[in-house]
Amino acid sequence: MLEFQIFLPAVVNGLTLGAVYALVALGLTLIYGVLHIINFAHGSLLMAALYAAFFLKDGLGIDPYLAMPLLVPAFFAAGYALQRWVIGKASHGKDQNVLLVTLGISIVVENLALYFFRADTRTVETPLSYEMLDLGFALVPWPRAIGFFAALLVAVVLWWTIERTDLGRAIRAVAKERQGARLVGIDVDHVFAMSFGIGTAVLGAAACLLLPSFYVTPGVGNVFVLVAFTVVVLGGMGSFTGALVGGLAIGVTESLGGLFLGQALGQLGIFLIFILLLLFRPTGLFGSRLA
Amino acid sequence: MRNAALGAFLVAALALPFVTGSEFWIKFAFTTLLFAFMGQAWNILGGYGGQFSFGHALFFGTGAYAAAVAQNSFGLNAWLGLPLGAAAGGAAGWAAGYLSFRYGLKGSYFALVTLAFAEVFRILANAVDFTGAGVGLFVKLQPGWADLQPGYVGFYYLLVALVLASVWLAWRIENSRFGAQLTAIRENEAAAAALGVDAYAVKVRAIALSGAMTGIGGVIYVQFYLYIDPGIAYGPGVSVEILLVSIIGGMGTVLGPLLGSTVLHAASELARRVMGDAPGIHLVFYGVLLVLMVRFMPDGLIGLLKRRASRPAEAPRA
Amino acid sequence: MKLADKKIDRRTVLAGAAAIGALAAPGIAGAQAPTVKVGVLHPVTGPLAFSGNQARQGALLAIEDVNAAGGIKSMGGARLEALLADAQSRPDVGAAEVDKLHEAGAAAIVGPFASGIALATTQAAARHNLPHIVDVGVVDQIVTRGLTNTFRFGPGVATIVDTALENLVRINDQAGKPAKTVMIIHEESAFGTGMATTLNTRLPQLGFEVMETIKHANPTRDFANIVLRVQARRPDLIIPSNYYDEYVLFARALQQNRVQAKGIYSILGGGASSYRFVKEFPQAAEYVMDCNHWFDPRKAASLRLKERVEAKNLFFTYEVFLAYSCILLLADAIERARGADRAAITAALASSTFADHIMPYGPTRFVNGQNQGARPVVTQVLQRDIKLIYPLEFASGNAVFPRPQGRT
Repeated sequence: MLEFQIFLPAVVNGLTLGAVYALVALGLTLIYGVLHIINFAHGSLLMAALYAAFFLKDGLGIDPYLAMPLLVPAFFAAGYALQRWVIGKASHGKDQNVLLVTLGISIVVENLALYFFRADTRTVETPLSYEMLDLGFALVPWPRAIGFFAALLVAVVLWWTIERTDLGRAIRAVAKERQGARLVGIDVDHVFAMSFGIGTAVLGAAACLLLPSFYVTPGVGNVFVLVAFTVVVLGGMGSFTGALVGGLAIGVTESLGGLFLGQALGQLGIFLIFILLLLFRPTGLFGSRLA
Repeated sequence: MRNAALGAFLVAALALPFVTGSEFWIKFAFTTLLFAFMGQAWNILGGYGGQFSFGHALFFGTGAYAAAVAQNSFGLNAWLGLPLGAAAGGAAGWAAGYLSFRYGLKGSYFALVTLAFAEVFRILANAVDFTGAGVGLFVKLQPGWADLQPGYVGFYYLLVALVLASVWLAWRIENSRFGAQLTAIRENEAAAAALGVDAYAVKVRAIALSGAMTGIGGVIYVQFYLYIDPGIAYGPGVSVEILLVSIIGGMGTVLGPLLGSTVLHAASELARRVMGDAPGIHLVFYGVLLVLMVRFMPDGLIGLLKRRASRPAEAPRA
Repeated sequence: MKLADKKIDRRTVLAGAAAIGALAAPGIAGAQAPTVKVGVLHPVTGPLAFSGNQARQGALLAIEDVNAAGGIKSMGGARLEALLADAQSRPDVGAAEVDKLHEAGAAAIVGPFASGIALATTQAAARHNLPHIVDVGVVDQIVTRGLTNTFRFGPGVATIVDTALENLVRINDQAGKPAKTVMIIHEESAFGTGMATTLNTRLPQLGFEVMETIKHANPTRDFANIVLRVQARRPDLIIPSNYYDEYVLFARALQQNRVQAKGIYSILGGGASSYRFVKEFPQAAEYVMDCNHWFDPRKAASLRLKERVEAKNLFFTYEVFLAYSCILLLADAIERARGADRAAITAALASSTFADHIMPYGPTRFVNGQNQGARPVVTQVLQRDIKLIYPLEFASGNAVFPRPQGRT
């Protein structure tokens, strides 16, 4: 009975957290859906974006929300370059090589951050940092609320890009039938790199939305990578709707888990779900390819 | 070539503590050998068997905690930690293998699930009291062989023995039916199964053995450093380093992990000297090395040496 | 077997020798002016970086002062030389740094601020018979393991909890006993866990009911769920024990969510009696009470140090003045040991009666490594200033308790 009064606010907390998870997972699922690679570097790239947002605020005074137009293209370019000239080249097409290359990239990114920025916890304060949105039954910090709506917006933009643009059509073609796409003249390597770039660009957006209510340390990527994978597997590799729904569900799970099982066990539920999914239903809830 | 290299290693290893009395270098050698040993454990499953585990810390941490808890909570002698750690690691290996292989997880999915297992254990270790929760566990300082705390030189020789044993083990596996089956599974599991190999059983054996060995590594770690916490035990640091030494040295080879560990640690020490003590720089090298290796030398350093040694119009390979 | 195409020529040999030379044993000693090397070991990176850096600054200021006053006179004016080490907020790294300090010739070690790290570093130092003064680390086990090289200058959990609860009862009684229920929020390492365990034993003995004990990790940014639990339970008192960053976030989260407890009575709350917290978030800090380390306000030296520290744009926090005092204590011991010999310094510390520090402890007296006179104070933030409520010798008045309702 005691728990009931705080149930709804915890769910709301979970939804705001889950929206960011969804955003991170969207990029990952796009990359998997098109390139069929499991991008181990996803978490550390998010961490790099978080640092970028942090330094833009700390050094240049740019509010994280306003930094999005800067970070999104920058990370798109970084992702494009990574896929085109590192991952694509190094993997020789073999699956296990891609695994190792992306792992290698994540190690490099994480430790470069550690070397240059040290392991200190960095946070930013914005004028909205501790203002609360009063929903009546729950108080939500404004940064979390903004993050929630913005994440949904980005998801819509992403969906529109894939469904309604020429690039999106090419991406879908490559995802469905790589050789066939090549035959009709699509530059597959370019499309791969574009997809990876978009996946990373989404991370740039996610970082801007996440930073005001979170912190950044070099190790923060490790936390997110597993959660992102869980969301992707839960929602079905390659499914956008799945990533969105899955992200929100995982966020709520973590929040309620933390509330009832205690902070230490909060994320346990997530990883147990992940393991169970991998074992019993790897296609996830909406299992399909870029539908 | 292999025997000559091994001989050279043995001579150098035995002589080291006499050449330098510096505790720093003994400790350095100890760390290198410890990861060569655990790398060999990973190699059995990943190099020979082709199943890449990204969460080997699961076995390391379980072995370490088993030894620490045995001493702290049950007052057992430290030496009992060794078989306990091996058993715990082996059991964890068997369980992980049972779950993963029974449900047909391969490749990236297998890597992911091992990562998840390690993380689950980390969270659990952080939450329950008997592992010391977030505080971790300290093993009491009791110097001497009787309590398996033989001092730096003692530990070093212990590791030399363990590494030699692991090299011998890998060589035996390579020349055995089990090894042939593992390799067959690595190359093409479906074909191997069609030929009558019980892929599931072979893989579970491999992961259990790998887990037991890594568990022993965990026990040695906790005896040397006298401290373990969830981050050290189950965090990504150990997992990554264990797999790196094999990949860089040469997967599926007997001397790969030893060579890989030596090169990695030497490179990292050099990096530390040149770039200063700031944390992280040596791991950047590891990551770069990994990417370069995959790109240019997928057979690792051993592969490189083998290729150079077998160039045409040369004397036959020894 | 042939070594393939490997050409063993002069260039290779020289390159190899150079490489080996570069890797040569660390710490080649050269002829130097007499100095006494002191290991200054703190977590200057990682989640505890703020506190670690504060402590390091305190230690360095003290070394500066000792040297400026003529160094160690019994050694002919030998200067103290700081060997700086970073524990990276991790016990295993702290222990590894101790080994390095030992190899570099440290005569003694001061640090490492955090309890968890201290448990590891004191043990590592014991292996080398290196005297180790613990500047802050409060957990009891630091001095109860029989390590003869370990000395703690400040108070431990047992003493701190005694003082804290004694005063809590007094304050509560004076206000008519409005507080009965308590929630404890602590960080998960040795320090917070040790605190929570002790409190869970002692509080019920004094008639308080502990509704819930919640632990959190370092770092934690999101206290939303913890605050929800506090709101659901509505305890009379909230007792936080954590490090600076989390303390501040938690206090602010309480304030933002309009949690109306009768009081926040911190015991070693990382920010509760911190000038930085009061300056940056005065609203969240108002009325917060703390039982924590504090300098002796009656000594001119403390106030002078405070001015110097603030002139450097640093906050005068407990890490600074405790580390400062520990270095002075060490210098005194080296002086009496008449040399940098580790055993002599250890003996000098064990028999130390040093009174020239800036803490309200009186002359030092170590029993099993614990300074007997060490004690905490109780503070409250009132009107954007930190007032001392206890000890009565220099208290500025009574506590305001319970906290006036209706304020956010």
